Amino acid sequence: MGDKSSKSSSGVTRRQFLAGTVGAACAAGLAGLGLASYTRQAMSLPAHAIRPPGALEEKDFLGACVRCGLCVRDCPYDTLRLAQPGEDVALGTPYFVAREIPCEMCEDIPCIVACPTGALDHSLTDIDESRMGLAVVVDQESCIAFRGLRCEVCFNVCPVRGKAITLEMQHNERSGKHALFIPVVHSSDCTGCGKCEQACILEEAAIKIFPLHLAKGMLGRHYRLGWQEKEKAGRSLVTPDVEHKYNLPEGMRYEYEGEGLIIEEQAAETPFADDPLETLKRGKDGI
Amino acid sequence: MEKRVPLGQEALVTKGWWKSHQWLVLRRVSQLSVLSLFLIGPWFGLWIIKGNIASSEILNMVPLTDPYLLLQVFLTNHWPETTALIGAAIVLLFYLLVGGRVYCSWVCPVNMVTDFAAWLRRRFGITSSARLSRNTRFWILALTLVMALVTGTLAWELVNPVTAVYRGLIFGMGFGWAVLTAVFLFDLVISSRGWCGHLCPVGAFYSLIGRFSLVRVSALRREQCNDCMDCFIICPEPQVIRPALKGAEQGIGPVIRDGACTNCGRCIDICSKDVFQLGLRSGGRMISQVANHQREVLS
Repeated sequence: MGDKSSKSSSGVTRRQFLAGTVGAACAAGLAGLGLASYTRQAMSLPAHAIRPPGALEEKDFLGACVRCGLCVRDCPYDTLRLAQPGEDVALGTPYFVAREIPCEMCEDIPCIVACPTGALDHSLTDIDESRMGLAVVVDQESCIAFRGLRCEVCFNVCPVRGKAITLEMQHNERSGKHALFIPVVHSSDCTGCGKCEQACILEEAAIKIFPLHLAKGMLGRHYRLGWQEKEKAGRSLVTPDVEHKYNLPEGMRYEYEGEGLIIEEQAAETPFADDPLETLKRGKDGI
Repeated sequence: MEKRVPLGQEALVTKGWWKSHQWLVLRRVSQLSVLSLFLIGPWFGLWIIKGNIASSEILNMVPLTDPYLLLQVFLTNHWPETTALIGAAIVLLFYLLVGGRVYCSWVCPVNMVTDFAAWLRRRFGITSSARLSRNTRFWILALTLVMALVTGTLAWELVNPVTAVYRGLIFGMGFGWAVLTAVFLFDLVISSRGWCGHLCPVGAFYSLIGRFSLVRVSALRREQCNDCMDCFIICPEPQVIRPALKGAEQGIGPVIRDGACTNCGRCIDICSKDVFQLGLRSGGRMISQVANHQREVLS
């Protein structure tokens, strides 16, 4: 009777069924543990891999992208590619390498339009607003602008010309009479398209696109800039400094904004002339 | 004990080569055609269909999206664009019509590799096989869904050989050949029909759709069965045949209702008595009743 009741219609004993089920569950669980650790590793996008414009934040992107490659297909410049097995980018996801083929920043952003899942955010319609990464002048030692040579290639190829990269003039200490034209990137306008990195004339680019989380610093949340707070409050929030004063003779004052010592007109009557010799001469004439 | 006739010999003799191989040939044509349609875009610039098996677009108009993938996307807490929703609905409807695991046997390229492994096993008489529950795939399916929920990413897509191979063929294989080789060797040496029949969660997902799908294989003329066992040997999911073929007394069948059936049609080819045929789920029963009735009338 016991035998009969423990047999199901398919002729499998309860023991066999349980063993099979537990075995299958354990196998799946084991696979899951392995997969979980691999998932964490796969989330670390390497610095050279730049996501297409409008890509969600990496973790959300890996949940939304189905790896179909439609963005790759609709990219007119063959910029994008899908990560192949063995690469260190999450398998099958789209990315580009700025030094090889940068993003040409199409106005109609076909890659975003092609994305069926919204892993590339469809609300991004102005390519200038995209933030694929941020250009960083990573090596001032090899960038020839810092040696006083005229290059400015990164400045000239920048699609957001004059805004994302500006040239700041500095004194050339070496020659003593020339200017350095230093490229400076502004995160307010840089889209991370990578044109500058591709165009950099060096053997290895001195300006590189980094993912925003690598390229950007962040001020401590508690940090306040005094002058900004003062402007907001309309008054100084700390006891105002006592204004420094020189003890100057009458008719003279000191201008702190840069003019320096000012001798007012009537002060010409001072007993002391500008040239100390004059004073001596005057003394000889007898006062 | 009489010597067994080689597998498929009887069908070959009674029906001829074409009739005993037609579904196999059609299936291979289908698998290769779908793949070619994807490939002629990047190879010859003829863009009939763009993308890959995960999500694609026909003639820049009709979207197609894998519903299993989209289910995982939902679980990662991302609401997809309408394109993907429509695409998944189309694919879902299609497989509800033609059979869930038609995906496995008529589209998936891995099937060709695992079928090859199974053929080699038969050819060289490799019978040793690790005991795996066929339900393991449902545990793995559940696992992939839980992983999507917990990690917030499509974790399974990091290792899924099915999409990796398809994407690889179209977008560049890289190290992907190793994955395919692993699946092949697993099926050949370790477990018979191991990947597609026991582990693959993609197949498990589509078998759930198959439970409700319209087109099914039916053992319509099961009373003709001469117990040659050829169908059981050739079938990648032999457990689905038994109830339909031998369930007459219990009133089960003749339609194969088990979602695990891939509608591959190999049983139809291999049967010298033409027991099996493709038909509609409910219609199948009707047709069979009509057929039985006619036979009764005729005899």
